[in-house]
Amino acid sequence: MKLGYFPGCSLHATAREFDESLRAMAPRLDLELDEVEDWACCGATSAHNTNHLLSVSLPARTLAISEAQGHESLLAPCAACYSRLAYARHALEADPSLCDPVKDAIGREPPTTVQVLSIVRLLADLAPRIREKVATALDGVQIACYYGCLLARPAELNDVGSVEAPTAMEDVVKAVGATPVVWNQRLECCGGGFSLSRKASVVRLSRSIVEDARAAGAAALVVACPMCHLNLDFRQKAIARRSGERADMPVFFLTQLVGLALGMSATELGLGRHYVSTADFVARLSGQEGAAESASEEIKEVG
Amino acid sequence: MPPLAGQGRCLESVPWRGAPVSPGETTLEVSVSHNDHTGSTLAAHVRQVTGLNPARCYQCGKCSAGCPMAAEMDFRPHDVLRLIQQDKREQLLSGESLWLCLTCETCTARCPNECDPARVIDTLREMVWRDNGGAGAPRHIRAFHKSFLKQIRRSGRIFEFGLVAGYKMRTGSLFSDVGAVPGMLKRGKLALTPTRIKGLDEIRRIFDKCAAAETDAEEP
Repeated sequence: MKLGYFPGCSLHATAREFDESLRAMAPRLDLELDEVEDWACCGATSAHNTNHLLSVSLPARTLAISEAQGHESLLAPCAACYSRLAYARHALEADPSLCDPVKDAIGREPPTTVQVLSIVRLLADLAPRIREKVATALDGVQIACYYGCLLARPAELNDVGSVEAPTAMEDVVKAVGATPVVWNQRLECCGGGFSLSRKASVVRLSRSIVEDARAAGAAALVVACPMCHLNLDFRQKAIARRSGERADMPVFFLTQLVGLALGMSATELGLGRHYVSTADFVARLSGQEGAAESASEEIKEVG
Repeated sequence: MPPLAGQGRCLESVPWRGAPVSPGETTLEVSVSHNDHTGSTLAAHVRQVTGLNPARCYQCGKCSAGCPMAAEMDFRPHDVLRLIQQDKREQLLSGESLWLCLTCETCTARCPNECDPARVIDTLREMVWRDNGGAGAPRHIRAFHKSFLKQIRRSGRIFEFGLVAGYKMRTGSLFSDVGAVPGMLKRGKLALTPTRIKGLDEIRRIFDKCAAAETDAEEP
């Protein structure tokens, strides 16, 4: 299956391992990713907080290029990019009066056909194929699926099946043999774009997510958003200082968890780029003598 | 969504308790003033820009109950809607609260009467940004948005190292998180040179056109 691909800025920087693990996993699931040529930033929070037309026009340009490249579906793994691209498509359809100003701004025909796809939707649809190809089943491993905000809300852009009770991520986790835990915080906000500008709020919000996942017995958190990952992984040390717990809850991108089950290495999946070590988790999966050491060495090398 | 005619009229005879109503201002007058939505009221502006009718809000407070930032806000989402209905422009637009919204969309998802507080708050922020560049926003949040937008305009993409540097210059908080830089570099999470896209002229055109459209927009 050929898909348009919009990595977005984070996947070239703080969430590089999201891009790496996705690209490495794609051929194993018969996916061909065709990157949008000369894509630009989706505008993220700062655009929609300050200028609505800008927040539609920036993604509209990328979508127009994607259509010109012949993409029927465009994969946007970052939840924030997904949200902004899907919103632009939705807004242009729902409010025809936007079309002229957007056309004037981007100097191209506004997009009308391309469907924006989140990584969670894609992998949930591919769950049967993933199940067939599992090499290292994550049997009995307890996973907390964290959706955050933008994959589920608002309802018009929901890509995970339900606004308040989605199961798409759990479907993927079950396909690799793991057990999704039942917990309360999976749709709460981690503090999103305040990571830099209002750290105390992020620590407060992300702390309750990590603590709830731990209380539910999860061995790891799984996310599909670079900002969630940054707040839960990079900021976990600050959270631990506040809560008195250890910063030991690994946070995986969904693509990394699937990659592990498909038998891919820590290096291929960029696990060494994490702040909270994933070595123990990976070692327990392979369940071999000395596996913990070799896994942690491999992970250290990447770092 | 088409606005519904006559929405909110039932409020006229219902005493309302909650958000502040200044002395001499009866709930009856409040209901009538937020009901006609003509002229230059905040409600009229929101309605004109978004098609949403703030009078639909009946203050159930479900939005604020689910809001992750409510504890840090002076005006929670349902207060914002009430202040719009009361046309408390100065009080609402000069404060920090609007800028503390993370757009997690919980309020919008749960509103029983389709008031879409998240979109309403974005609309008010846009007004403030256009009028005075976000004065009233917490300094760090304002600096973040300015640096972020400048990065897009300059490179077409976010160059995080430049974003952080620009943000620090604006806020003066030069040393917070500086300790994180070596770790970020070691993990390959920070590029040291920006990637500039080829279509930068297109990006600048987008920014210019959108700024112009903003200026042309009818003043509320």
